[in-house]
Amino acid sequence: MAFANQLIRRLPVWAVYLLGALPAPWLFYLGLTGGLGVEPIKALEHEYGKLALQLLILTLAISPLRRLLGLNLLKFRRAAGLLCFFYVLCHLLVWLVLDVQIVSQILTDIAKRPYITIGMGAFVLMLPLALTSSNLAVRKLGRAWSRLHRLTYAAAVLGAAHYVMLSKGFQIEPLIYLGLVLFLLALRLAGSRWLRQAAGVGV
Amino acid sequence: AQAELALAEQAGADQALEPNTWEEVTSYCNFYEFGTGKGDPSEYAGRMTTDPWSVAIDGMVDKPGEYSFEQILGEMTLEERIYRFRCVEAWSMVVPWQGFELADLLTLAGVQEGAKYVAFETLYRPSEMPGTAYKVLDWPYREGLRLDEAMHPLTIMATGVFGQPLPNQNGAPLRLVVPWKYGFKSIKSVVRITLTDQEPPTSWNMANPREYGFYSNVNPDVSHPRWSQASERRIGGGLFARRQPTLMFNGYEAEVAALYEGMDLSEYF
Repeated sequence: MAFANQLIRRLPVWAVYLLGALPAPWLFYLGLTGGLGVEPIKALEHEYGKLALQLLILTLAISPLRRLLGLNLLKFRRAAGLLCFFYVLCHLLVWLVLDVQIVSQILTDIAKRPYITIGMGAFVLMLPLALTSSNLAVRKLGRAWSRLHRLTYAAAVLGAAHYVMLSKGFQIEPLIYLGLVLFLLALRLAGSRWLRQAAGVGV
Repeated sequence: AQAELALAEQAGADQALEPNTWEEVTSYCNFYEFGTGKGDPSEYAGRMTTDPWSVAIDGMVDKPGEYSFEQILGEMTLEERIYRFRCVEAWSMVVPWQGFELADLLTLAGVQEGAKYVAFETLYRPSEMPGTAYKVLDWPYREGLRLDEAMHPLTIMATGVFGQPLPNQNGAPLRLVVPWKYGFKSIKSVVRITLTDQEPPTSWNMANPREYGFYSNVNPDVSHPRWSQASERRIGGGLFARRQPTLMFNGYEAEVAALYEGMDLSEYF
């Protein structure tokens, strides 16, 4: 783990931002050129949405990874969180501009369709988190910052539920995402003490 | 049959029906027995054995039994039907099918007095169908029609697209096509047809009765609980495709509206 942590220390954060953002234009290019199949709008929407969920899960995993396995990815947590928000934004824009297109239908969808209401809810919860991600905000808000950023938990549950609810039939993949989110939250709920003991780390 | 072909063409007179491409029709499919992704069927359906193939026709018929695919082809006259295809997920295509009228096949088997419904079943063969490892639906896939819907001249059993035999992902070797209903009613790779006097259980209705009714007629005024059905996106328009309004009964209102006279279509959705 020490070796891994050393590697992580050498990797600059800007590189993570760059690598993390690259799939957005790449997927858009694939959509334009047939690389996402014959229905690129839905495909692009889903790809962006899934990347957002994956980054959300990574964000949630960073603290338990450090606590339980000693793997320190803390310096990338803000990048992961902001990239997640970036993909949520991409996902939302594809839905608004390319998919639904019709303003009245967009409003009806948000109000009447629970999975969209929930998805929008997750987006709204993430807004203040993205807006208070700077060092300045962290300093100014102090303890309130940590409390505010627990909204991540709610956003994660809503985001994963959004995926489960939009699927037709009993599908496995969205349930895996929801399961991971709930597992990572349960790790926090269970309290750190016995978990630390169980893992034999930092007792 | 010629008259009915004209009928089918007339139904699309308000907008010329320009078929989608072979690639679009054969690469973007829902066939959950091979996975829930749109590309899964074209990737995995190749392993499905379709020869030999037979269809059990049973229930309230004079001549129940196993009808081999060859035997059926020998008795039926194939014709082309270019139909709109509207998925319940609000996308659509135009598909040039080849097939025969279901009515002809049912007449061959001899429909008995008192039969009111037709039930259909898709092949269920886990060894060749990786998607059935998960209980996405209660396999085997089942569908059903009222007898008058089944006997309607627009209702066909398709055996081909674009003049080619049906690719496996499109429901080889023979499938139902009911152009005024959402696509999932048009059950693929049919192995059983049962005449009955009871409304048969159907897969999506069993999975979620609030969202998928037995009738599932294309209807822009009755939205799916999770999305609007007022508009649809025609496959093939690329990343900037516009939506188009969905037509009542998918554009076949003149031909089929009489079947539902007096029925509240928001109740019998």
